[in-house]
Amino acid sequence: MVLKMADKVLMKGNEAIAEAAILAGCRHYFGYPITPQTEIAAYMAKRMPKIGGCFLQAESEIAAINMVYGVAATGKRVMTSSSSPGISLKGEGISYLAGADLPSLIVNVQRGGPGLGGIQPSQSDYFQATKGAAHGDFHMLVLAPASVQEMADLTVKGFELADKYRMTAMVLADGTMGQMMEPVSLDYDVKNTVEKPWATTGTNMEREHNIVNSLFLSPEKLEEENFKRYDRYKLIEENETMYEEYMMDDAEICVSAFGIASRVAKNAINEARAMGIKVGLIRPITLWPFPKAPFKKAGEQVKSIISVELSMGQMIEDIRLASECKVPVTLCNRAGGMIPTPEQVLEAIVNANNGGAK
Amino acid sequence: MVVFDKPHALTDVSMHYCPGCTHGIIHRLVAEVIDELGIEGKTIGVAPVGCSVMAYDYFNCDMIEAAHGRAPAVATGVKRALPENVVFTYQGDGDLASIGMAETVHSAARNENITIIFVNNAIYGMTGGQMAPTTLPEQVTQTSPYGRDVNHCGFPIKVCEMLATLDGPEYLERVAVNNVKNVKAAKKAIKKAFQNQVEGKGFSLIEVVSSCPTNWGMTPKKALEWVEEKMIPYYPLGVYKDRSAKEEN
Repeated sequence: MVLKMADKVLMKGNEAIAEAAILAGCRHYFGYPITPQTEIAAYMAKRMPKIGGCFLQAESEIAAINMVYGVAATGKRVMTSSSSPGISLKGEGISYLAGADLPSLIVNVQRGGPGLGGIQPSQSDYFQATKGAAHGDFHMLVLAPASVQEMADLTVKGFELADKYRMTAMVLADGTMGQMMEPVSLDYDVKNTVEKPWATTGTNMEREHNIVNSLFLSPEKLEEENFKRYDRYKLIEENETMYEEYMMDDAEICVSAFGIASRVAKNAINEARAMGIKVGLIRPITLWPFPKAPFKKAGEQVKSIISVELSMGQMIEDIRLASECKVPVTLCNRAGGMIPTPEQVLEAIVNANNGGAK
Repeated sequence: MVVFDKPHALTDVSMHYCPGCTHGIIHRLVAEVIDELGIEGKTIGVAPVGCSVMAYDYFNCDMIEAAHGRAPAVATGVKRALPENVVFTYQGDGDLASIGMAETVHSAARNENITIIFVNNAIYGMTGGQMAPTTLPEQVTQTSPYGRDVNHCGFPIKVCEMLATLDGPEYLERVAVNNVKNVKAAKKAIKKAFQNQVEGKGFSLIEVVSSCPTNWGMTPKKALEWVEEKMIPYYPLGVYKDRSAKEEN
């Protein structure tokens, strides 16, 4: 079946992710209902049976991620999606996927936390996604879309990178991105050619048995596995880091934001530019690997950096590190499901321009 | 003339099990069945966390190591991806009936077309002998040092009886490996559990009542006697569900 959507169509962010995953060759989806990402499951439930795929509603987030682990072990493209509290439950499985070097795609349509939190948009799982999804030394590739188009594009990209580097890719969206509708074009030349000789598909009595495993009782061997994994991470940092710069050429103030926060920030930057303030934006698209280079440069170029976040300030730590603390980095934030307004961001820009780090 | 040989489905790796442990017998039964059905090349096994965690080194088919209790979910993923292959899990009582109970019940309810070998020795062996969900009332373990007090921590779980209340599963049988007669019956049940999957009949679980001389603090011989005297009366052997047989009658 040829699935091409060259024309622009109006889609919800969550639906765009689901259709893009199908276009990327994903035929197995496992999930558990949780707001605000349930449209992904609903879309998969409708589409998968019609294209010979498998949608299965799991008994829990824990079961869903382990079903993902099972399909990933066979080498087929597979995904799950959830929202913040559900991602916490998947943590165990995410660590095992990392330990067994299995490729998979996970979508987190974030909501406010901690605990049961709320169901409104948030970016407060930044730490969890980029640094501490679960126990052990590992990373996920973390992709942060800022439009419905990118929800789709980064889903396809996520599958490709996951296969290429044998690891989990996470699309880190938020409730706004999941729910809002925008025109998208889904026309991809999907690469799905990575050989997977390690997959457990049955020996056919033609080879030694394959073992998919994360247990290494010898510390020397376990250390070696971790060093090998981090060699791969180094390649990813060198080759796969993505970010967007907006009006940074002559900027004296730098705003940084990802996802929905970057859309708000751009509005504020346009207004500030109209007031004659030289301000630009660095928008990380990969949150891990974090785009260090543009922030290092900004640290030598601008007077100050403003981190706009839907959290109590998480990415700001990476910005401080990457800019080597050469200029003040301040936080402009809302939390708990609230979104900063362009006026709030503009005020922060004006303050910074007046030299007054708040 | 060869009168006794190692099944092809077992590797040459020396097993780590304690003297008198019945995991070795159960591994061999599974391997003999895989050989006899000629399915080694298309079988994928899922190992648990517990004493049999390293089962992935002992079976010659492709193997996957699952997180504690999650083997039925992992097996579900494998089977949904490769429906023509044979997928089995090998799990102990802590893995299957405590931390993994949700995965066990729901894979049974879905009648997932997989085979589960459930080894019940009424104790956590790998971690040194703690109380299991199947530890008998009054049984002494490291975490029930005065004997399992059912008023404090509840009663053992009878997995076959419980799963038999579900409409989903195809085949549930409890067997034991404490004597030759029971070992032969166990093999027959395990073979049927794999055959069911090959024929697309659905979820089959064989509960194998087993022993743990090390953590029970008994000699291997005494442990087998304890299986007969204490375990089997609490966990009666037999077929708890056989849907196809019922439909044929």
